[in-house]
Amino acid sequence: MENIKQKYSQMVKKASPDSPILKNCIKAFFVGGLICVIGQFITNFMLTSGFDEKTSGTLTSVILIAAASLLTGLGIYSKIGKFAGAGSIVPITGFSNSVTSPAVEFKQEGFILGVGAKIFIIAGPVILYGTLTSVIVGIFYYFLGR
Amino acid sequence: MAKHIGKQTMVFSSPVSVLETAVTVGTKEGAGPLGKYFDQILKDNMAGQKSWEAAEIAIVKQNLQLLMKKCTAKPDYILSGDLLNQCCASTYGIRDLEIPFFGIFGACSTFGEALSLAAVLVDSGGAENVIAAASSHFCSAERQFRFPLELGNQRPPTATYTVTGDGAAMVSNADKPPYITAVTTGKIVDYGVKDSSNMGAAMAPAAADCIYAHFCDTGRHPDHYDLIITGDLGYVGKDLLLQLLDEKKLDISKQYSDCGIEMFDRETQDTHSGGSGCACSAAVFGGMLYRKLKSGALKRILFIPTGALMSTDSINEGESIAGIAHAVAIESEAVKWNI
Repeated sequence: MENIKQKYSQMVKKASPDSPILKNCIKAFFVGGLICVIGQFITNFMLTSGFDEKTSGTLTSVILIAAASLLTGLGIYSKIGKFAGAGSIVPITGFSNSVTSPAVEFKQEGFILGVGAKIFIIAGPVILYGTLTSVIVGIFYYFLGR
Repeated sequence: MAKHIGKQTMVFSSPVSVLETAVTVGTKEGAGPLGKYFDQILKDNMAGQKSWEAAEIAIVKQNLQLLMKKCTAKPDYILSGDLLNQCCASTYGIRDLEIPFFGIFGACSTFGEALSLAAVLVDSGGAENVIAAASSHFCSAERQFRFPLELGNQRPPTATYTVTGDGAAMVSNADKPPYITAVTTGKIVDYGVKDSSNMGAAMAPAAADCIYAHFCDTGRHPDHYDLIITGDLGYVGKDLLLQLLDEKKLDISKQYSDCGIEMFDRETQDTHSGGSGCACSAAVFGGMLYRKLKSGALKRILFIPTGALMSTDSINEGESIAGIAHAVAIESEAVKWNI
């Protein structure tokens, strides 16, 4: 049986078309880049409006998150994501989409067991392991980095 | 009376008719190449409900009511299933109909299972008329098996698109063509595919096994059938199925097709490898195949709904996807089996 499985897995590999990686990379590069350019515009605008660098950065993140969340609710972000792939997943807007989309989806199950329990169903692992990694790095920094 | 022949086939010598069918589908299915064959096309996939699950339930109810309106035969039983946890779409859809009910599950092969069991029930004399049905809904299936709809991601080219709709057939002892003449019940076949975005590959070995068993058991040749059509293998599964059968020296490529391939136009409808879901085979059978059998455009078909037996938990725990397929022979003339 193991032989059959191995042979079949080769057949499946041959029969299954690959994702168009080069095309996807180019699209991701441009859309991802465009999102970053928009972010930079917002930052520059904040800086010229008199905010300091740190506040401008924070405000840029807040605006991008809010905009992506709104676009998710309007059903537009999924279309951008379908086109751009990683280009719209990797920037902070993708994180916003991954939190808003379950919120929209699970609203029908109520605000406690639906939205409340399932809002981090996609983003949860990123939050958990992101936090964990920063704690570990923090410990190393505390003992070795100073 | 049904007779068991060979390893896994039952044949019916007394007439088991498919008296009528009804099909309700969603907007995308209605806009596809088979749109003209469907009885009811939804204007909105929410079907006037508040959630996707409620929509699927409403579709089941509406479609079964439509079947009973189209056909005066009074059903003794309903056999129905779907993809939602605990077959919720079927149970809630049938709740108000007050007809004895067997809930069945065979993933996307459910309609084949329903037709097979309905034929046995009718042939045994245990029932005069039995409804065989199956449903699925793109949005409720995405929610249960994959990601939230509004998540911005890309589907791989091997992925299939779950059909929204319900297909139902009235199986009866009334002597009217077309007839169910044989059923070959599939075994679970698992060749270790773990990629839930490539269901066609996971199910192709089961389909090949069942089709091969059908021809061994009945002694028939593929040319006996005008059409041999699987449920939802899609383009990837089709290739693999034909290769697997070729290895067994069985060539069905002349008369072969797949309901998932027929359902959508992949160039304009962005459905990648094809349609899938319980409703895929049920709607294609109840719509196009049944009408062609009635009109005489098709005389003998072998219909093989295919299913991927898995749950999101089993996949997360590292299990592979087990495939299954059930073959049902439907012919415009009753067959006298010499057994």
